[in-house]
Amino acid sequence: MLKTFPLGGIHPSENKLTANIPIVILPIPESVNIPVSQHIGAPATIIVNKGDYVKTGQVIATSKGFVSSNIHSSVSGTIKKIDSITDTSGYKQTAIVIDVTGDEWMETINRNSVIDSEIKMSPEDIIKKCLESGIVGLGGATFPSHVKLTVPAGKKCDLLIINGVECEPFLTSDHRLMLERGEEILIGVRILMKTLKVESAQIGIENNKTDAIDHLTKLAAKHKGISIHALKVKYPQGAEKQLIKALINREVPSGHLPIDVGIMVYNVGTAYAVYEAVQKNKPLFERVVTISGKSLTQPGNYFVRIGTPISKLIDAAGGMPDDTGKIVNGGPMMGKAVSNANVPVVKGTSGIVLFPRKESERSVINPCIRCAKCISACSYNLEPFLLMTLSEKSLFERAEKERITDCIECGSCSYTCPAGRPLLDYIRLGKSTVIKMARERNMK
Amino acid sequence: MMSSTLLITIVSLSLLALISAVILYFVAQKFKVFEDPRIDEVQAILPGVNCGGCGFTGCRNFAEALVKAETFDGLNCPVGGAEVMGIVANYLGKTAPVVDPLVAVLLCNGTPEFRPRTSKYDGASDCRISNNLYVGETDCSYGCLGNGDCVRSCIFDAIYMDPTTELPIIIDDKCVACGACVKACPRTIIELRKKSKKDRKIYVACSNCDKGAPAIRACKAACIDCKKCFKVCEFDAITIENSLAYIDAKKCTFCRKCVAECPTNAIIELNFPPRKLKVEAETVTVN
Amino acid sequence: MSNLLNMSPSPHVHGKETTRKLMYGVVIALMPALFASFYYFGLGALIVTATSVISCILFEYLIQRFILKKPISITDGSALVTGLLLAFNLPSNIPVFIIIIGSLVAIGIAKMTFGGLGNNPFNPALVGRVFMLISFPVQMTSWPVPLGLTTGYTDAVTGATPLAIIKEGLKNGESISQLMEKVPTTLQMFLGKMGGSIGEVAAIALLIGFAYLLIKKIITWHIPVSILGSIAIFTTILWLINPEKNADPMFHLLAGGVLLGAIFMATDYVTSPMNPKSMIIYGCGIGILTVIIRVWGAYPEGVSFAILIMNAFVPLMNTYIKPKRFGEVIKNG
Repeated sequence: MLKTFPLGGIHPSENKLTANIPIVILPIPESVNIPVSQHIGAPATIIVNKGDYVKTGQVIATSKGFVSSNIHSSVSGTIKKIDSITDTSGYKQTAIVIDVTGDEWMETINRNSVIDSEIKMSPEDIIKKCLESGIVGLGGATFPSHVKLTVPAGKKCDLLIINGVECEPFLTSDHRLMLERGEEILIGVRILMKTLKVESAQIGIENNKTDAIDHLTKLAAKHKGISIHALKVKYPQGAEKQLIKALINREVPSGHLPIDVGIMVYNVGTAYAVYEAVQKNKPLFERVVTISGKSLTQPGNYFVRIGTPISKLIDAAGGMPDDTGKIVNGGPMMGKAVSNANVPVVKGTSGIVLFPRKESERSVINPCIRCAKCISACSYNLEPFLLMTLSEKSLFERAEKERITDCIECGSCSYTCPAGRPLLDYIRLGKSTVIKMARERNMK
Repeated sequence: MMSSTLLITIVSLSLLALISAVILYFVAQKFKVFEDPRIDEVQAILPGVNCGGCGFTGCRNFAEALVKAETFDGLNCPVGGAEVMGIVANYLGKTAPVVDPLVAVLLCNGTPEFRPRTSKYDGASDCRISNNLYVGETDCSYGCLGNGDCVRSCIFDAIYMDPTTELPIIIDDKCVACGACVKACPRTIIELRKKSKKDRKIYVACSNCDKGAPAIRACKAACIDCKKCFKVCEFDAITIENSLAYIDAKKCTFCRKCVAECPTNAIIELNFPPRKLKVEAETVTVN
Repeated sequence: MSNLLNMSPSPHVHGKETTRKLMYGVVIALMPALFASFYYFGLGALIVTATSVISCILFEYLIQRFILKKPISITDGSALVTGLLLAFNLPSNIPVFIIIIGSLVAIGIAKMTFGGLGNNPFNPALVGRVFMLISFPVQMTSWPVPLGLTTGYTDAVTGATPLAIIKEGLKNGESISQLMEKVPTTLQMFLGKMGGSIGEVAAIALLIGFAYLLIKKIITWHIPVSILGSIAIFTTILWLINPEKNADPMFHLLAGGVLLGAIFMATDYVTSPMNPKSMIIYGCGIGILTVIIRVWGAYPEGVSFAILIMNAFVPLMNTYIKPKRFGEVIKNG
């Protein structure tokens, strides 16, 4: 009996078209746009100027305050301009535009590909290295890792959980990383264990990646304290609270963080980035991105330099199909649609999925028939139909009482609703309004 | 001759009624809440729409505020207007300040002709949601999204969505300037402007704060920060802030020189007699 | 316009269920009972079903088109389901004009006045049926004897239903063991050879439909099982106390409209509660009320009234009985 979380969940078609395609290095583009805000927290402060020559891996913006992250150049070349570019939402964001010349790396980076398994740094130095290298959570949340690794006073971590679940359909970047860089990931996990001073770590992997489970189980035999666990395929297994509940049956109380029950959760991609930062002194400036879609001729997984426009990925996959109706940055359940293909790949980009036109249109909205399927789909046992009506009618106080802020915006409710109601659209609106209201209330 | 049961029934019920009435009378007297009787009178004078345009929740609360206030400064009922405020002032023995009547105006003219659509929005038809998601179906991140939050917020049926221009149209006769649409618009591009005679209006129908080049790329009728209107206005009615021109309705004398100067026709004149000069002045007259 | 990219908030994929598929799934689950009704009641069943379905759909169309002036939604299958369920509650010899009046009440009053699909607090088919029962008590309580395809329509031979036999007999002072001679055997009742409304007689057909609904995940087990369970428990207690005055639980479960009500009427999405805890309370309430009306009430059958009474409590249950949330901090003390 495979473990899973108890409430709700759905089974969208997996569509892991690129699961067997090895990671290829995407050629460096002619120009990159590197935004200064690729993480949760304050945007980084730019420390370079127009006309400067920068090397691959050089710091070009420093973190502003504690909850922030360094940004590094992912290419070598000249800074063309520091300007506003449109990000995924079309709204403007400051970015550093670099014209690429060659690929000269910083001399401090160890480009030797021999796997270094001896962890020499102390926990304090590891945290500093994560800050310097701009490591953020690569599962999609992009929370600065050095902040998370700094366990608050009074709290203690007793178990590290590594998220290798990748429950979103189409995405396979974590899967391929586990297959091809498994040893480095496990060393990264040991680095995290050393920093958090825990003895054991559990890696959760969904059961549709049996090759990754077998491979890592074999490798983990040599690493003390790391165990691999297969989990039932169910969306959203990869949500951290659901993952914790499935693996060790601890429920993180509403409004709290995993550290409050003694757990820390990190993505396998983050573990890999930590290995590279600590053992090879390589900052975070490239990551694995899946490019997938039913109409693409050559979907695949690529190592992409941060700042590369996604149009380059689409070209590598065989070009934009004629019937493309939607481009999604991320997976189909939680990813953000983009209105043009010039947006850059950033630290949080795990995949790009293209949808044909007939799958891009939403169905007609029908009245709610109170079938309660949204409640059975919700992994938090919330009542999406009610939260939607409350948000629509702007009854935000009642929405707060109905725990709208617990919602993780996984999309299971909208996916399930037989009447095609845009549940998550309104819940998201209600959630952001309630959070704003609560913040204003606390400030008084 | 009445039967005994009938007699007993009538007597006992009448006695019951009498006792209840006496009890109710004393209870009503004991728990009576004193309220200034003038509040009821003022409430009867007010329109009774409970729209919230005065800033109070409901006409009764506003009536209470009026009775308790020393002066009427800052107190105004936009629905009833000067007429109603005058009657209330008369009744309470105070003076109503002169308040200009207002009307709602949409500061955007981004029709599909001027502002090309660059994507198709398919989500829930709600401006708050599309605004949080992205810039909208065009490249202008300031303009009207067309999903009708303003239309839904109006309780006076004074605003409707025009299917050809994909912009909301405000019916001047029905608009009472209660401010509901102003609050409902997530991009705050509806403004309450001073209402002039014959419903004439001159305003900059643009809210785009980008510099000239990106603004005109997104929309042909955008304000491009050329400052020509500012230079030609002799009455200091035009200010330019954040690359966007703004006409102060209180200072504007309707000379229409700015309308003629604007190279993109971002400045709109409404309900004026047609001009004999300037062929390229495409005035958008909406009635 | 066709080459513009679509933009919408996530999620960007959708499951395969639609309202229409769910409604037609219920129609398919009702098919075995429909065939059983033709088998037992012949022409009358066909006429009643056809009239009910056609008038329900027609009234919904007319009301939406001419009175409400809203988009027509008759293809979503809900009027069809209401028509079928209303027919299944009627005797097979009921005149056409009564069915039409009942359909008008079911669709027009019980559904459309509240705002159409999704807004009605009471089960429309049951409202129609109860209206017809109170307005036309004679026609609504003369039940044809199931003579198969030779059963006529308006000229059908009528007889008492098992529940009516028990009720009348107990009033006349007869004991249960005497009365059990007069009612059909358990096997006959299971297969459907007994008097009653056209949809409620064939237990086996209804149970096949139940299995189909569960497999297709159209309904969950909570409501039917709690209704049948509470009826079984309550009648067992009564039967153990006095077997000569109370019929055995199996009789109570198979006679009358319990199975039809538990499987199809009480599980109507719109009028049933939305979370499992409330569903169990709802089901137990229906079961207990049904037995109370059957044993102590004036009517021989009480399922319709029980369901309608519990429908009234559903909004209260939905508001105050909340499912246990994930991560809910249970306050101690």
